[in-house]
Amino acid sequence: MIEVTVNGRRYREQVEPRLLLSDFLRHTLGLTGTHVGCEHGVCGACTVRLDGVAVRSCLVLAVQADGAEIQTVEGLVWGPLQEAFRANHALQCGFCTPGILLAASDLLDRGGPPTREEIVDLLSGHLCRCTGYEPIVRAIAQAAEAR
Amino acid sequence: MKPAAFRYERPESVEEAVATLAEHGDEARVLAGGQSLVPMLNMRLARPSVVVDVNRLPLGDVTRENGSWRVGATVLQADPRLAEIPLLAECIPYVGHFVTRNRGTVGGSIAHADAAAELPLVLAALRGSVVTSTGRTIPAAEFFVTHFTTALEPGELLVETVWPAAEAGLRYAFEEFALRRGDFALCAAAAVAGPNELRVVVGSVADRPTPIDVDPARPGASAAEQVEPWGTLHASPGYLRQLVRVLVDRVVERVA
Amino acid sequence: MSVATERETWVGSAIPRIEDEALLRGEGRFMDDIDPARNAGHAAVLRSPLAHARIVRLDASAALDHPGVVGVLTGADVAAMSRPFPVGVEDAPPYYAAAHDVARYAGEPLAVVVARDRYTAEDAVELIKVEYEPLEPVLDPEAGEIVSDRSFSYGEPDAAFAAADLVVTGRFAFPRWTACPVECYGVAADWNEATGVLTAWANFQGPFTLHSVAAAALGLRGSKLRLITPPNSGGSFGTKATVYVYVVLIGLASRKLGMPVRWTEDRLEHLAGSSAATARVTGVEAAFAADGELLALRYDALEDVGAYIRAPEPASLYRMHGALTGAYRARHVAVRNRVALTNRCPTGLNRGFGGPQLYMALERTMAIAAGRLGLDPAELARRNLIAADDFPYRTPSGGLYDSGDYEGCLDDVLELSGYEARREKQRDARRNGRLYGIGLACCVEPSISNMGYVTLALTAEERAAGLPKSGNAEGATVAVSPLGGVTVLVGTTPQGQGHATVAAQVVADALGVGPEEVEVLTAVDTSTSAWTVSSGSYSSRFSGVGAGAVHLAAQKLRAKIAAIREYHGDESLSLRRVAGIAHWHTEALPPGMEPGLHETAFCAAPNLGAPDEEDRVAASAVHGFIADVAVVEVDRATGRVAVLDYTTVHDAGRLLNPLIADGQVRGDVAHGAGAALFERVVYDEDGNLLTGTFMDYLCPTAPDLPPLRIGHRETPSPFTPLGAKGLGEGGTMSVPVAIANAVADALGVEEVEVPLTPARVWELLPE
Repeated sequence: MIEVTVNGRRYREQVEPRLLLSDFLRHTLGLTGTHVGCEHGVCGACTVRLDGVAVRSCLVLAVQADGAEIQTVEGLVWGPLQEAFRANHALQCGFCTPGILLAASDLLDRGGPPTREEIVDLLSGHLCRCTGYEPIVRAIAQAAEAR
Repeated sequence: MKPAAFRYERPESVEEAVATLAEHGDEARVLAGGQSLVPMLNMRLARPSVVVDVNRLPLGDVTRENGSWRVGATVLQADPRLAEIPLLAECIPYVGHFVTRNRGTVGGSIAHADAAAELPLVLAALRGSVVTSTGRTIPAAEFFVTHFTTALEPGELLVETVWPAAEAGLRYAFEEFALRRGDFALCAAAAVAGPNELRVVVGSVADRPTPIDVDPARPGASAAEQVEPWGTLHASPGYLRQLVRVLVDRVVERVA
Repeated sequence: MSVATERETWVGSAIPRIEDEALLRGEGRFMDDIDPARNAGHAAVLRSPLAHARIVRLDASAALDHPGVVGVLTGADVAAMSRPFPVGVEDAPPYYAAAHDVARYAGEPLAVVVARDRYTAEDAVELIKVEYEPLEPVLDPEAGEIVSDRSFSYGEPDAAFAAADLVVTGRFAFPRWTACPVECYGVAADWNEATGVLTAWANFQGPFTLHSVAAAALGLRGSKLRLITPPNSGGSFGTKATVYVYVVLIGLASRKLGMPVRWTEDRLEHLAGSSAATARVTGVEAAFAADGELLALRYDALEDVGAYIRAPEPASLYRMHGALTGAYRARHVAVRNRVALTNRCPTGLNRGFGGPQLYMALERTMAIAAGRLGLDPAELARRNLIAADDFPYRTPSGGLYDSGDYEGCLDDVLELSGYEARREKQRDARRNGRLYGIGLACCVEPSISNMGYVTLALTAEERAAGLPKSGNAEGATVAVSPLGGVTVLVGTTPQGQGHATVAAQVVADALGVGPEEVEVLTAVDTSTSAWTVSSGSYSSRFSGVGAGAVHLAAQKLRAKIAAIREYHGDESLSLRRVAGIAHWHTEALPPGMEPGLHETAFCAAPNLGAPDEEDRVAASAVHGFIADVAVVEVDRATGRVAVLDYTTVHDAGRLLNPLIADGQVRGDVAHGAGAALFERVVYDEDGNLLTGTFMDYLCPTAPDLPPLRIGHRETPSPFTPLGAKGLGEGGTMSVPVAIANAVADALGVEEVEVPLTPARVWELLPE
């Protein structure tokens, strides 16, 4: 039995030890905004914030999240970050986007604004096959300015 | 890709963790950051009966003591307290990515002993050591045995790593060559130099960090002569030898 | 109601997308997000570990006994319950959704386990006992079974070669790679025994010819295979065309078990068992006059399609058939096309689809020829480009290039890239011993594929014995609801290309509303949508026939609305009032007018006839053009290629939304850069897949891509309703060869092969 707070709401669920946090969020809780692209921690699509810190949810067991606070894309407040993504055409299919939004919001919350190099470095942990990344870099930089 | 079934244990103390590991022997795997273990679980390359989660053990301290930094096993790779440790601070940006460093641990990377990983190389170059749950202190040179294999005994837990602090008069350099940012190194090299010594260790071209007896007159060339790299999918042995040559020249030049 | 004040039309405006808000909120509905068939079992697939093996025995009894398992579908079941997939060559080895007697590639499905959840299903897959008799795998296409061997000749190539002042010969390889979207395949299937209808949901991208192929395999009339695509798809770039194979596999599982079944492919499965671009080796002979005029080309292409030739192959080899001479005026071409089987995953659509392989051969040849002739490659191109007043231009092999200003684009790219200054910088760099290279590529980018071109794999006699195939059409519906809302349906199943936004722009212009007032649905339901066999997103067809169909339907509706307004003598009657009449007060309609406001139109691309008796075909309806300049520096010590600068100038006709167009170009260049520098699907000599995870199959990430400069030139197409041409594949065609040309230039060598990884480039360095 685990107790976890996701996007501010508390859940108590019985889980198997091997259940991945990504599957717990998507299928046990029905929060399908977190996407699964590889299940080996490379593509970054499954990134969520666990106790404030961006992590790969495919590499966390749901049992490990017992007592934790998790934020998924559904829990992000709409603001300059999403506006900047839209304005810069920083998403096309949108599948990699939630993971990048969570990672970017972690980076931006750590103070800044981040340099371009830091943004590019952040994105090195995320695979996007649609945009060529540059619009995403610009969007995150623009959102950082707005803070 | 879903893991095979296992029992999950989350001990609250090192004693409890050790007892659990002793009870299950080979059937147990230690879970720290999970950035290396969980992919293997997901691909069913690792199929432990018991996963022992050590993240709640009180092993998160970083302390300075007698010219060394003592880093608890579960200290995160992203931990800012690591910034003062020579070579370690320099290599951390190459270790995975921002997000993986938020979860991956220093102890976990050392215990996993991937020959292409940065932290084992740096521990070896600094002549650091590993402290275990039985109270042993194992020097890096003895700790890394071969691919994914360390000197830890069954049931023995890595609890701390010890990293010599920066010494006045010593210079440090780390270089890596990878195909993409954050990938495992195709080749890496670390050098520590002082008035009377020059230490060079190369990584990724053998089954563990490999100390090199450099000829200061031709450091890279002499290093290349001392390695027998196995080719990989992305690099022939001849190419890896070239990378050794290039990276050793670079680190030696930087510490000159 | 919004009125366009500052702009003339919505079409052509760089407005942000209407798709974005939902996606940014995590409210997309991708295949694994939807739950269309309640109480579906979850499938896991047993796959062959061996590249070539006889399946002596397969025993699923332990799996069936496993708690939580509902049932197992074996290869024997598949053979009994389905027919081989039809394909466009004669005498192809039969291909089923799972193997029964013999496994022919590592990763080939052998059985499907259905359980209460995926974790359990994977546990049970491991319990299936299989006895294999290993067979020798064939990995070299030269040694593989040839399933198609056709030769073509246009003009008088022999005479042209005899008269040539220079003949350049070369052999150019393009590796197997895969566009690899971040979302994998997903299928849910629900067989209804009572009605004999299989309802399947899948993130299928078209072409819907493959719906018929799947139906045929299942022994179903097309109307009995109801195929539905989810609202969102996480990228495809061609790979999700061949998900139809798994629609059949999972559909059969549903039929056998009598319950709905769903399957979400994981990344290891995707890299092993989905699809890939064909690897091709092309021998080229090119005849030149002394002044550099390209007179004739001979191609000898050997195409590796993997273990089976499956539809729509050998389309990879014939997609570019109308553009064999590329952007040049040469009138004489001879081609030999051979299709070989090897023990690898079968191939399929992949971004660029035949173009990367063709241009690697043609544009490398041009670069080599330039060197031999002592000409700058840009000058050699200039001397050969089809002139602006030669359009529409008929190529020797039957292609019809609609419009273009190739020399104008070349001028643009040379200026935008600072070409002269770069050559100057190169001279400087070379004096200092640096390996600095500049590469050019000029590519005609075809779009809107002719459904008939793949019949070129058959001889004219063989074609005459069957039904001809031709054309490419799309359907769209525009409707105004009883309360005045506007809805658009178009069957292009986009995977991120912004079709909803562009469709809204088109309809906004036609009906005088704002795009945000237009609801667009781009999913297809083969039972209810206005679709054609060519529906879907592939060959960059949306801006031509997709938006074209929307435009035509909107124009029909606009005319009807205008007629109602005229009948009531009030041109300013609001759309809501018009809807009120058409829906609520039908007696007030003009006499003879049908009630409602609901128009469907099909837009057919013109000039796409079936191949003629001389094997000529207009393989694509419209043609864009790309001119690229790549600037690289090669590190002598490590062989690493740094792309210092990349400039691309595109002519895609009329741009419907410049923001979306640039996005497509960026993604396109990224894919091309991936193929140029990183990506290759590798099998060892036993046929084991070595690039089976993202640790080994390397897709470029943000630090890996060059700075990109994009220029545009618009020569509208006379053949599409909006004058738009397709874009989004040209970069994958041009970038690999532009970078290869630049590296060859840097190193002063002629033989370079992508991917230009550091280790491979280092081997090429002069000692």
